[in-house]
Amino acid sequence: MLIPHPLLGPRDAQEFTYLGDAALLARPDGMAEGALGAFIDYVYLRDNPAGVHRELWFHEQGDRSWLVVTRNTVTHEIIDAQLARDVALARKGAVA
Amino acid sequence: MRFSGFRVIKEALTGHKGWQPLWRNPDPKPAYDYVIVGGGGHGLATAYYLANTFRKARIAVLEKGWLGSGNIGRNTTIIRSNYGLPGNQPFYEFSMKLWEGLEQEFNFNAMVSQRGILNLIHTDAQRDAYRRRGNAMLFSGADAELLDRDRVRDMCPWLNFDNARFPIKGGLMQRRAGTARHDGVAWGYARGADRAGVDLIQNCEVTGFRIEEGRIRGVETSRGYIAAAKVGVAVAGSTSRVMEKAGLRLPIESHVLQAFVSEGLKPLIPGVITFGAGHFYVSQSDKGGLVFGGDIDGYNSYAQRGNMPVIEDVIEGGMALMPMIGRARLLRVWGGIMDMSMDGSPIIDRTPVEGLYLNAGWCYGGFKATPASGYSFAHLLATDTPHETARHFRLDRFARGHVIDEKGMGAQPNLH
Repeated sequence: MLIPHPLLGPRDAQEFTYLGDAALLARPDGMAEGALGAFIDYVYLRDNPAGVHRELWFHEQGDRSWLVVTRNTVTHEIIDAQLARDVALARKGAVA
Repeated sequence: MRFSGFRVIKEALTGHKGWQPLWRNPDPKPAYDYVIVGGGGHGLATAYYLANTFRKARIAVLEKGWLGSGNIGRNTTIIRSNYGLPGNQPFYEFSMKLWEGLEQEFNFNAMVSQRGILNLIHTDAQRDAYRRRGNAMLFSGADAELLDRDRVRDMCPWLNFDNARFPIKGGLMQRRAGTARHDGVAWGYARGADRAGVDLIQNCEVTGFRIEEGRIRGVETSRGYIAAAKVGVAVAGSTSRVMEKAGLRLPIESHVLQAFVSEGLKPLIPGVITFGAGHFYVSQSDKGGLVFGGDIDGYNSYAQRGNMPVIEDVIEGGMALMPMIGRARLLRVWGGIMDMSMDGSPIIDRTPVEGLYLNAGWCYGGFKATPASGYSFAHLLATDTPHETARHFRLDRFARGHVIDEKGMGAQPNLH
């Protein structure tokens, strides 16, 4: 698999390590009401879709950036890759 | 029709005209007491024990493809009970004991061969860990033997003992472990279930669950609605997809695990050898092919095929352990989809929907568990109480903090 790194161009997926669903960017607020339940969901439960999946890849053997890669789990086709930092900041902006 | 030596001779002398199909191919009835979703090893074993051991009737197994078309046909056929944790080991030892009597019980040749499994040791720390694991195995009633370097050398003189990074310093041996004929296991259970009156319904995909007031009423399928008092789901690999239809979100990710077989070679490898440090394990089939594998690819996948980097990694591990296989040619590579659970251990439990039961999360250890998984799941379905050896495999253990994390990796499915 080739991951289209937004800064470095197409890179072999072997250079990356995989963490999991990009929903992990949305860490719940530990101080909020019902935080325990929210954290159980956050840590242990996954959507695990067959099809388009947004996921976190770490460019460990490269520039050590985190990417949000959109990939099809049925075909392994990679549709999109963005810097996780940009995704997280956009999300923060949207929330604020 | 019973299988026996006499029968084989008789058929040989009469032109093999007396063999009959191993099971019927019935159409679904409108209602059953028990519906098992998934006609793989675990689903068929569940139906078998439900009908034969727990004496239940009106049972159907629904399979979207053909019987045994999932991971029961895609694994590397190893059976063993060499786990460390109290939540796991008694269950796998129960499974091992069922393996030992399986062929007599269901009158089918599953080619169970107790040729032993050897886990290699490369460091003092690893020896300590394996000694501890061996003791845990002995406590559960299993067998375990710690071998020193010379005894491993007697057994497998052709291993690379002096690898600079992973010199072999001994091994943990379980002699009762071994291999079985994967398809034969599915067929034996299917035949045994069918003979006890279970309807094995193929090409029947479950497309939804009918749930009223928190209770299961039946399943929607590609062959129409089927009412059921109790529904057990055993569809490892596709568990998230199927249970989503019942509104459940699970502690499972689907990953692809690849396996390999070489061309047929002369008898060489006495049992199963695992080289955990190098992500490689190998055994030799009765036809002579080296059957081997390594780690999962590491990313979510439903593709039933993996990618080259892991193939390369596994082959490198093999070359490091036994350099002589460099001349052997690879015959086949395939992939299967694993239910990777958040702690590396399975789930056999009720669900929040009354009457709906779940058997899932087998990671890449489902094959060896087939008999005990079926037995325990049948026990749960029949009695509504967990089987004694499977009582820790609860769905709510994650929320309660009682995870069974054999490797100590945490909630990171691709590391289990």
